[in-house]
Amino acid sequence: MTPDKILVLLGGAGTIAFIVWFFWLAKKEGVKAGLTPSGYQEAMILVKGGYTPDVIRVEAGTPVRLKFRREETSSCSEMVVFPDFQKSAQLPSGEVVVMELLPKTKGTYAFQCQMGMLHGKLIAE
Amino acid sequence: MAGSGAGLITNARHGIQAAVRDAGDRVSEPGAPGAGEAGRSDEEREYRSLMRKWWFGAAIGAFTMIFSYPWLFPVLREWLPRGSESVRALWMVMGVLSLAVLIYSGSQFFTGMWASLRTRQANMHTLIAFGTSVAWIYSTIAVLFPRLFPEEGMTEVYYDVTVVVTALVVLGLAMEIRAKGRTSEAIKKLIGLQAKTARVLRDGAEVDVPVEEVAVGDVVIVRPGDKVPVDGVVVAGSSAVDESMITGESIPVEKREGDEVIGATINKTGAFRFRATKVGADTALASIIRMVQDAQATKVPIQRIVDVVSGYFTPAVIILAIVGFVVWYLFGPAPALTYALVVAVTTLIIACPCALGMATPMSLTTGIGLGATHGILIRGGEALQKAKELTTIVLDKTGTITHGKPALTDVIVTNGIADDEALRLAAAVERSSEHPLAQAIVEGAEARGLGIGDAADFRAIPGHGVEAAVDGRRVLLGNVKLMRDRGIDVETLEPQARRLADAGRTPMYLAVDGRAAGIIAVADTIKADSVEAIIALRRMGIEVVMITGDNVRTANAIAREVGVERVLAEVLPQDKAHEVQKLQLERRVVGMVGDGINDAPALAQSDVGFAIGTGTDVAIEASDITLIKGSLRGVVTAIQISRATMRNVYQNLFGAFIYNSVGIPIALGVLYPFFELLLSPILAAGAMSFSSVTVISNANRLKRFRPTVSAA
Repeated sequence: MTPDKILVLLGGAGTIAFIVWFFWLAKKEGVKAGLTPSGYQEAMILVKGGYTPDVIRVEAGTPVRLKFRREETSSCSEMVVFPDFQKSAQLPSGEVVVMELLPKTKGTYAFQCQMGMLHGKLIAE
Repeated sequence: MAGSGAGLITNARHGIQAAVRDAGDRVSEPGAPGAGEAGRSDEEREYRSLMRKWWFGAAIGAFTMIFSYPWLFPVLREWLPRGSESVRALWMVMGVLSLAVLIYSGSQFFTGMWASLRTRQANMHTLIAFGTSVAWIYSTIAVLFPRLFPEEGMTEVYYDVTVVVTALVVLGLAMEIRAKGRTSEAIKKLIGLQAKTARVLRDGAEVDVPVEEVAVGDVVIVRPGDKVPVDGVVVAGSSAVDESMITGESIPVEKREGDEVIGATINKTGAFRFRATKVGADTALASIIRMVQDAQATKVPIQRIVDVVSGYFTPAVIILAIVGFVVWYLFGPAPALTYALVVAVTTLIIACPCALGMATPMSLTTGIGLGATHGILIRGGEALQKAKELTTIVLDKTGTITHGKPALTDVIVTNGIADDEALRLAAAVERSSEHPLAQAIVEGAEARGLGIGDAADFRAIPGHGVEAAVDGRRVLLGNVKLMRDRGIDVETLEPQARRLADAGRTPMYLAVDGRAAGIIAVADTIKADSVEAIIALRRMGIEVVMITGDNVRTANAIAREVGVERVLAEVLPQDKAHEVQKLQLERRVVGMVGDGINDAPALAQSDVGFAIGTGTDVAIEASDITLIKGSLRGVVTAIQISRATMRNVYQNLFGAFIYNSVGIPIALGVLYPFFELLLSPILAAGAMSFSSVTVISNANRLKRFRPTVSAA
């Protein structure tokens, strides 16, 4: 095997290992929603190519207010869907859309765009 | 229905609106009609922007396609021979132009990739951005440092791939927007039904006001041809109102004083005034819109599996592309680097996680929207999937198969009392009763023009009947048990009572001053379309069961008339849920159709609860599917829609799965050893765009669905 082939083989194996770690193994910390004086746990989510932050940690049993602000016109992200809460919202670009949810029990509640391309998680602890 | 915490949300919203207004933002509430309109103009803007990007990419794409291989064209071959400096100079220009395409036309892929890397979630943008940028970087290295490549053949450029792939995928996105717009047409149509203005009575004068300003209690004036602006009750005048847009009922409904009118329906000929009872977000139309939007946000259970697959899909494609690159580099024919690169790029481009992700939501949105246009509100994906699997439908007799409103049918007399006198006495007693059968007798007497007297000492004996004094006479009305308890001999009347019961009527014995006086019979009449719907259900292979509190004989008579074979009679209201459960234990998937409060537990127990919309809010709350119009044909249509939608979901999933599992291996070059066939990245881009548009178009095909038994 020539040196260039060995290099390609090793490089390929290394990149695959990195991808496996990067997308699947590395743990995401997420952002903890702040508590407002009105008793809501609140977080602002930027919608641009994805949800930032995409993991929001909240306390179960306390109402959650998520403020989505979409800063793009790509149609993929025009709607956010919370299947577990049977709630969805159109996100007009440039506007803040407020979603109010009550995660009654502990668990992970996923949210996503309608086409399932962008994903996020609401983790109730 | 939806929105139990609406007040909380509204109050909270004002606070946020104030807070965010300071920051210079606009706040909107999810699902507000305004949000929908903004969404539409966003959509239009995005479509136009994508089309601009496509034309820019396409124009440069045509140029790069030709000049990447000028030696293939006889005219250009002499001017631009392979390996010449002039070709290299041209390629440099192409490199700059294709970079412009990547930056302008492909910007969303790169912002998407950046976001996906930050959130560690790969998606379609990641694949396209990787694919096109790898092709561009390789080409640029080949142009700038040709000596790095040992063979002349390797110094080819792939700027055409970069540009054409970007352009094609952008065109695909634009087509998706158009197709997706059609998918959610139903909800847009519903939002569009809302009246803009209302003519109300203010300080004695008729004034036109925006519909948002109509308050509960306002008297609204509706002229011929006007749209009814909000929900209310008619206080003066009468007219026929076309309610087809809400109920699916095509024949206009007569409205007179005391009748309810629904906002967004259209007044036909007459003029009337009504008092507004529900405005804004409380109207029937607003509830329907909210329910449909919420339902469209749910998932079909099968999608949970798809979601798991999707989570692994995109990184797996990147890994496969790397594996392809390494294998072709190590074992492929010369020029190995070129082949390896083409294989890797093609694999990245052809994979379509979108088709997989869109397969179910697109069909679900269309299917639920389709239901709404037929007056059928489906609560979500789970109800839709279950409705497809139903093997048994349990129909509550009263109010579902029948009108739920009994009418007087027979008056039989004995011991010398006159017909009208018997009825007059019975009606006088029943006027004090709240029993639905009582009203039928009172209405029957009124229809004959009898003057109904007053009753004294009224007493209802639960499960037996009623008694009272009328004009100084003791009148008893009830079943045979009541008569026996009081020692009244009704033996001579019993055969006639049996005959009436056999015919599905409810006979009640009448006794006056301790002697049998006759039989008063009432019957609930069968809705005109019940028989048709039951035949259709049976033809669909669904067993129809009738459940009722009536005695076996009455129940069987009705069952025979409508063609139901299995009857569960004498079931107490509280036992209905238990009967449904018993059927479920027979391994049946049970749908329950009901309308009353007492049906709510059975509706909740069943696999799919259908609330006949003429019923109570409690029943609607407990149900999975609401039929706005009180016709059983809606059940047939709902099941047909669920079957059509689920078939569409499976077609889409199958298509997306087959596309990816055939496309990716071909892109990796599995056909090369046998046929020397390798897919071009440009063809891959075309296939990828086509696959997601196909999924949406297939979902749109659902809209051509026509019910075999119309809900109208």
